[in-house]
Formats: sequence, C-alpha cells, structure tokens
Amino acid sequence: MRRKTGKPRPDGGAPARPLVTAIPDHGRRIVAAVDGEARALGIRPGMTITKARAFAPELDVVDAEPDADFEGLRRLALWAGARYSPVVAPDPPDGLWLDITGCAARFSTERALLKDLHRRTAAFGLALQIAVADTAGCAHAVARYVPAGRPVTIEPGAHRKAMALLPIRALRLPPADVEALRKLGFERVEQLIGAPRGPLAKRFGRELHRRLDQAFGTLPEPIEPIFPEQLPRTRRGFMEPIATAEAFAQVIGDLARDIADQLGRLGKGARRLDCYFHRVDGQVQAIRVGTAAPTRDPKHLAKLLAAKIETIEPGLGIEAMTLVAPLIEVQALRQGESLESLTRRGPDLPALVDTLANRFGQRSLHRTVPRAGAMPERSVAITPALRQPDGATWSDELPRPSRMLARPEPVDVIALLPDDAPRLFVWRGKRYRVTQGDGPERLQGEWWRDGGIEGETPLSVRDYYQVETEAGGRYWLFRLGDGVHAATGSMRWFIHGAFA
Amino acid sequence: MRHPAVLADLRAKIARIEGVCARHDVLPFGVDAVDSRLPGGGIATGALHEIAGSPELADDASATIFLAGILARTEGPVFWCLRWRDLFAPALHLAGLHPDRVIHVEAGSDTNVLLAMEECLRHPGLAGVVGEVSKYSTTASKRLQLAAETSGVPAFVFRRTCKADQAAEGTAAVTRWRITASPSEDLGIPSLGRPRWRVSLERVRGGNPHFWILEGCDATGRIALPAALVDRPVAQEDRQAAA
Repeated sequence: MRRKTGKPRPDGGAPARPLVTAIPDHGRRIVAAVDGEARALGIRPGMTITKARAFAPELDVVDAEPDADFEGLRRLALWAGARYSPVVAPDPPDGLWLDITGCAARFSTERALLKDLHRRTAAFGLALQIAVADTAGCAHAVARYVPAGRPVTIEPGAHRKAMALLPIRALRLPPADVEALRKLGFERVEQLIGAPRGPLAKRFGRELHRRLDQAFGTLPEPIEPIFPEQLPRTRRGFMEPIATAEAFAQVIGDLARDIADQLGRLGKGARRLDCYFHRVDGQVQAIRVGTAAPTRDPKHLAKLLAAKIETIEPGLGIEAMTLVAPLIEVQALRQGESLESLTRRGPDLPALVDTLANRFGQRSLHRTVPRAGAMPERSVAITPALRQPDGATWSDELPRPSRMLARPEPVDVIALLPDDAPRLFVWRGKRYRVTQGDGPERLQGEWWRDGGIEGETPLSVRDYYQVETEAGGRYWLFRLGDGVHAATGSMRWFIHGAFA
Repeated sequence: MRHPAVLADLRAKIARIEGVCARHDVLPFGVDAVDSRLPGGGIATGALHEIAGSPELADDASATIFLAGILARTEGPVFWCLRWRDLFAPALHLAGLHPDRVIHVEAGSDTNVLLAMEECLRHPGLAGVVGEVSKYSTTASKRLQLAAETSGVPAFVFRRTCKADQAAEGTAAVTRWRITASPSEDLGIPSLGRPRWRVSLERVRGGNPHFWILEGCDATGRIALPAALVDRPVAQEDRQAAA
C-alpha cells in the first residue's frame, strides 16, 4: 500500500513569493497549506495568518478551496487508477491511497512502478512523497514523516520496526491527544507499544489503540476504491457471503454478461476490466485483466477474469462483487458479424493472446519485426502480438544463426592467417576443430551511439565468420577490429551463435 | 485378400485403433525416403511430436531450423513458447517461416511453457505450437497429446540441451526426433555448402525408428536428400538384384 501527498499550487506559474492558502477558523484565518518557500521560512499549516505574516511580510495568501482541492485529488486518483492499480482512493486533504498489491507486473518490478509514478506525478507540478508499506497506516505515517524526496519502501514485515521510530503525530490522532501524550512523556510510537493499554484507553479513548493497531496490521484498514463515473459497471450483493472459486466463477459469468450488455448498448468493447471483491471485513480486493483488442464477448471476458480468481483471499467470505470496465473503446458492429463468426474457420487469436498475456504478462507475448541496426543483436525489434503485420523481413542474403548467445562470449582461436577463418577455437572449455569456413562479413558499429559496445569503442568493427566444425556444427564467430586500426577493436575473437 | 484396397482399409483400421492421424491431416516432408517411414506419410497434425538436439548449441540450432522448416510449409499463426531467449528470428525467416506468422511467448519456466502450450492447443486453426523445455513429464506429454488431438493442431515439444543417452521417459508423443549437425560436403573453396543433418527418428507410433543424413532447409523450409545419396537406393537394389 502506498500513500502519496500532493499539494497542488493554486496558480499554474511558479510563485516568486512564499505562498500559503488560508481557511477561516473560529473567526480567524489559519494556514491550510504552504509551498516550499513558505515552509523553508518556518510557516506551518495550522498557524494563524497573522503569525505567518510575522515570518514573511511579503507572504501571498490565497483562499483555500477545499472542494476544488478534493476534486483535483479525485481526478488524480482516477488517473492513478487507470495507470497503476484498480484500488485507489483519495485521502483528503492531501493524500492518495493506492493498493499496489500484485500490480507491479506491468512495470516488471515494484521499484519501476514507483519510479514511474513519482516521475509522472512530479511532472504534473506536484510535490509528493511516496511510501510503500504492508499496512495503510504505516505507509501514511512514513509518507508524511520520512521526507526522503524519493519513494520509500518499507520491506514486508518491517512496518513494525519502521513505525516504532516515528513520532506519535504519525499515528493520525487529534492534535490535542498528541499534545497530551507528549506531556505524559510519550514522544515516539515505540513508547506506546510497551505501555499498558488500560490506563491509556481510559484517558484517550479507543481511537489511540485503533490507530496503533491499524498501523501494525492487527486491525484491518480497508481502502474503499473510487471508480470513474459513467463507465459500464455492475454489482452483485449476496445474501450469504461466498468463498469458493466455483461461486466466484459463477458470479463473474453473470457480471460479465451484464457488462457485455451495457457495452453492447454503448457500441463499445472493453480493453480493461476490474473486478472488485468486497470482503465481509470491509477489505476490497481486485483483479484486473486487459485485452489486446476491444471486446464484449461475455464468455471471453469471464474466462480472463476466472483465470485470476486464485489471487483472491476470500477470508471469511465475499459479500459483494463489482465489475467495472475502466477502459473502453469503440467496437463497431460489423455487418454480418454473427454469420462470419459462425462460418469462420480461423483461430480466435485475440482471445488466445489475451489469455496468455493475462497469465504471463503483456510483455512476454510478441512478434518480431526487422529493425535497422548495424549489429545483429539490434536487428530484431519486438512488436505487440496482434499488431497488423506489414510483411517486412530481414535480408534473404545474409546468413544468420538460429540460436544467438545473449552476449558474445570470448573464445581462444588459432587461425593460419589473420584474415582467415580460424582453424580451431576453444569455447566453454571445449575444443572445436574447424574444417570449413566462410567469411568475413564486416559489420561496422553504430558510431553515433552512446551506449552498448559502441559506447567504449565508437569505431568498432566486427568481422563475422561462419565456421563448420568436425562434427558438422556451424558456429558464428567474429573478430573485433579490422586488423589495421587499433581504434576499431582489440582483435579478440568471440562466438555469437550457432547455425543450423 | 491381396487386393490393395483391403490392405489400405486394414491399415486405416489399425491406424484408427492406434489413434494415429485418424482424424487429422499430415504434413509431408516432400522427401519420399522420410515420408514413407512415417505412418500417414508425414508429420501428423493433431498430435504431439518431440524434437531434440543435443547439449551442443549447433545441434539445437539445427533442430530449430528443422522445426521451422516443418512449420514454414503450413499456413496460419505459429505460437513459439520459450524459456530461453536465444531464438533469433531472422534465421526462421531464412528457413521460410515469416516473422509475421510467429508469436513468441516468453513463459519463463518449463511449467509455464507447458501451460502456455496447452492453452494454445485448445485453439483450432493454428499452424503449430512449439514449446521449448528442458524436462517434462509423461503426464504433461499426455495432456499435450490430448489437447492436440482435440484441436487438430500439431504440437512440438523441443527438448533443449537434451543428452543423447538421457534415459527417455515414457512419452505420449507420436514421434520423437533427434537432429544433430553432420559434416557438409567440402566444396573445395573457402565457402560453406548446404548444411547437413543427421535426422534420427528415435520413436514413431506405428512405425520403426530410422535415421537419415539430410540436407538442411532451403528458403521454403524443404529438406532434401544429399545428391550423392539420392542414387544409392538404386545402387543397392542393383546389388540385391545381382545377388
């Protein structure tokens, strides 16, 4: 779970003077939010404007618009919901909840997801702090009281330790309680852990321990997700909670039919579906599936969702399920569609691609296309599996190995003449005697590149040789350098692949 | 009973009992010497086939092209489920398998490759499904064979870095092939001729194991008998006739 705080600047331009927003409070005006410069001057939210002006007489004061702020937060939440995780919720005044459990697959790692979120949110002109932790309470506290400036991840199981070091304020208690606790000598959360609960509960009520338990994960703290409005959505509540995979599959089938009807009326197809499982204890879990092309085939949609049922922890039972299609695209009815699908013999490629992509990740499914690249390892690009093929291929003339090593591996070589194919090479401790050879095929490096092999030797040249060994195996060897200019390479030999 | 129609009828009956190409087409190699050894006269669609190279990279490379050659002569999309990332698409194109037809599935592990294969095999109309694994069980082979039989899609399990003496587990595959590189003809000039493979059919349901020395795929995926060998059966027949 992650918490992010964003403070929108009321005006778009960068203010030269310190800026605060003000809200009325008991007949005076107090500071609601401050910008970086005002913060540097020591102005904090909760001060009176008069006091703040004492710090900075040139202070810009703008009336706060809590409603507009909340609307902005909600829009940010919906944006994050479309991009990162199905379970998002605004946390007024300045926070955002995202449940990123199991959502990192699209970005390959959680770190990459956080980096992307941080970069994109910062690009909106928002100051933010991201924290990830096992519990919502811990993420909330770390985001606000560990000003790291970059995403902070509390490793699984470490939230207890992290909370212990934070000040009492981090527990989301009323300011009066924090002050009272401070007077009693409680400064940090760790002091509360060991303290007897009875007397404290008598003095501060149940709120204190509720917040403590939420941060430590002993009390659940559900996030109630928000959905974009005006999107196809359908919900089923149950008289009795359900908890078996078969029951879920049944309900998913019903929901998929409903949503397919709605999509049909709109003339749209779903590109993404989120199915929310509302647990009896208030937790909301979600599964998200994507499709490669807009579709409203209820069977196909239900099948995609059903494949992910196993990720749901039913706990004591699920009392309601919601199916939302957050990403829809026009899917026009084609003339004679039903007839065609009846007579069509070809495979249902989109359905198969979706099933595989939802199981193994969108990235693991691809076709290959030629790319203009001087070096063979850069001559292949990948493209989505269902992209309209354009028929481009590689040259028919140049021999290319069917198995290519990820990185060329150095080999020891004996050649009769420097420009000849080698007569013998040693690779992975095995000696290969060469009977025939063909070459060289000279490839010039892309000198304009900064990275890769050309990064170090921009003028690198490779001379490729096909050689056949005694056993008949054909390998692709190359020598780095043209043999004349030292800048073109070190004259070392490498193996790059094997032919048929 | 010597009537050819009766014999053909009997053969078909036996094939049906054995479940070999009872309902599906075959993909012939177009080389009589090979096709005649295979029940039905080619690679049966709707069946599982096992292909192996050896721990030598060049042998696995040969097996790859052998496989690409079979698929090149079919029509429709091919799913190639990978565990390794060393497959180099331009070479498939050189064997006649157009890159637009091949959808790569990087499944990551043996288990996932087999899962992906099974999912693909449920979809009729594919030209073929290839899965590269290092190990797989008899149960997995049965599942794949069943799925292939239902949809009529040919399935190929490519056993990577598979040792020749590795005790072969029982398998439900209809054929098991091992492709290794073989020395090609010396052209006498510093150049390479058409590659040669030692193609051994280690197991075939309804047939006997056999091996051939064959010339590798051309640009349309066709293999061929080496020119020097084409005449040999005739010579042998002559000798037999003489004896």
